[in-house]
Amino acid sequence: MAVMAWFKKERKPRTSQRERLEIPPDAWEKCDGCGHIDLREKFEKALNVCPECGRHRRIGAEGYIELLTDPGTWRELWANLRSTDPLRFEHYPERLVSARKKGGEADGIYTGTARLDGLPFNLGVMNFSFMGGSMGSVVGEKIARLARRSHEKKIPLVLVSASGGARMQEGVLSLMQMAKTSAAIALLNRDCIPYISILTDPTTGGVSASFAMQGDVILAEPGALIGFAGQRVIKQTIGQDLPEGFQTAEFLLEHGQIDDVVPRASLRDTTARLLRHMKGQRPQAEHAELS
Amino acid sequence: MASAYSLEFEKPLLELERQIEDLKRIGTERQIDIEGELEGLQAKLEALRAEIYRNLTPIQRVMVARHPRRPYTLDYLSTIFTDFIELHGDRLYLDDPAVVGGWARLAGTSVMVIGHQKGRDTKENLKRNFGMPHPEGYRKALRLMKLGAKFGAPVITLIDTPGAYPGLGAEERGQSEALARNILEMSGLPTPSIAVVIGEGGSGGALALGVADRILMLENSVYSVISPEGCAAILWKDASQRERAAEALKLTADDLLRLKVIDEIVTEPVGGAHVDPDATGEALRDALIRHMTELRKIRPEKLVRRRAEKYAAMGAYTEA
Ligand SMILES: [Zn+2]
Repeated sequence: MAVMAWFKKERKPRTSQRERLEIPPDAWEKCDGCGHIDLREKFEKALNVCPECGRHRRIGAEGYIELLTDPGTWRELWANLRSTDPLRFEHYPERLVSARKKGGEADGIYTGTARLDGLPFNLGVMNFSFMGGSMGSVVGEKIARLARRSHEKKIPLVLVSASGGARMQEGVLSLMQMAKTSAAIALLNRDCIPYISILTDPTTGGVSASFAMQGDVILAEPGALIGFAGQRVIKQTIGQDLPEGFQTAEFLLEHGQIDDVVPRASLRDTTARLLRHMKGQRPQAEHAELS
Repeated sequence: MASAYSLEFEKPLLELERQIEDLKRIGTERQIDIEGELEGLQAKLEALRAEIYRNLTPIQRVMVARHPRRPYTLDYLSTIFTDFIELHGDRLYLDDPAVVGGWARLAGTSVMVIGHQKGRDTKENLKRNFGMPHPEGYRKALRLMKLGAKFGAPVITLIDTPGAYPGLGAEERGQSEALARNILEMSGLPTPSIAVVIGEGGSGGALALGVADRILMLENSVYSVISPEGCAAILWKDASQRERAAEALKLTADDLLRLKVIDEIVTEPVGGAHVDPDATGEALRDALIRHMTELRKIRPEKLVRRRAEKYAAMGAYTEA
């Protein structure tokens, strides 16, 4: 059994012999960053951030919805949008069926409305487990609708990206979703409705080259892969190896491409504070003191 | 005379051309009348050319779109526009020769023309980076579009790129941001805009010059979310499956018209734009003037609103 093999080779977990004997082997997980082994429960409690090295593991869309909304306020919108096969692209219908089994019915993104510290806002979270969060017509349409809803209701927009880029199987229609989402974001720009873009691992291709890079403020999780071109393609093109840390969140911060790298544990608070700044509102505590 | 044909599927044409040349030589050398025979061969050549071009497969169109003798942006700037003044640089970092642009006149009207620029030979291709811009190219393009809009000039973009350059410096200097910004800003440009795919429409790097009131494609140009080679490498781990990928991606002008992504196809001469660049230019010029005249009658606010509506309608999905 693979899990037991880790125990022999790698660092010892910080649990007593007795604990180890009592806990079933499949309750343990290993950090891909440093090899640290801990109870899955402990990883989950730490928002899937390694307590040893701080490596951020991917979490599902549901995780971000929970993290960024006040309990009980999330209301999903347009959950009934479904991808079709406009190009009759070979095996796409079958791929959609298996993607739904694996990633649920939301397609590549969940969109909805909620509150954060009491503040109403619209939230979209990309669903990487559905065909790598790729953007086809459904993803584009949901983002465009959400942005337009923000525009109509004059409430901020927050998008959490996790995507390999455009969905190849919808061809040029996927490409046009970059323009469609951008045109909707342009409305927010014009009428000064705040838009915060949060980049998680990975955010690349047509998603990074459209709405993900159009935020009034752009935040990224530590270590997230962010870039336009794929690393394999770049390597082939330039014929040399890529430098350490290339296209990570930290690399983008250093090169002035994003506003900040924010650990998952601070993401909620940072987002709420930014929204209040951009809405011209005082922090809640101060607010309470005054009233 | 050098042949215009260099593509694999054009070999039969090349063969006929050679026969015609031979016949002419023999005629001159031996002083015999070859008129009738020559006419026959010429007619056969034309018929065969028409036949081949009527039935181009998607991958063959990709080859025509990438033809080394296909007219590029600067060719159109010298043939169908007048009074061109090239403007350089993004005012931030450098001038990217993979994108060219500046003031020009179309039928007497001042317009801002911006396009990808490929090189004609190896030396020029190194300079032009095979028409693959760095972020600076896109930033120059946006600067010029805004300049055009500032003085009420229609913006005309000519698209011909394998894609935005995938390199270290390009990523460091924000290729994503440059593309994203252009795509967003073009959607709100307060002036008439027409985008024309004149050769290769390679993904985001093409779209970053491609958001406009009207989108046209030359008959043998292609426009796709990914190159057939790239698609084949991802789907079948085999770039040689590009024929299959080109078929699947629906990247021809006919396909895009059917998918309601483009507004019009500009006809090319039989044999492709490269066999008669002047005729191609004339057809493009006529189309541009027609669209420009229509668009100039519409107020900028209305143009922008309609443009947003146009893009909002793109895509295919069901709502259960
Ligand atoms: Zn670790």
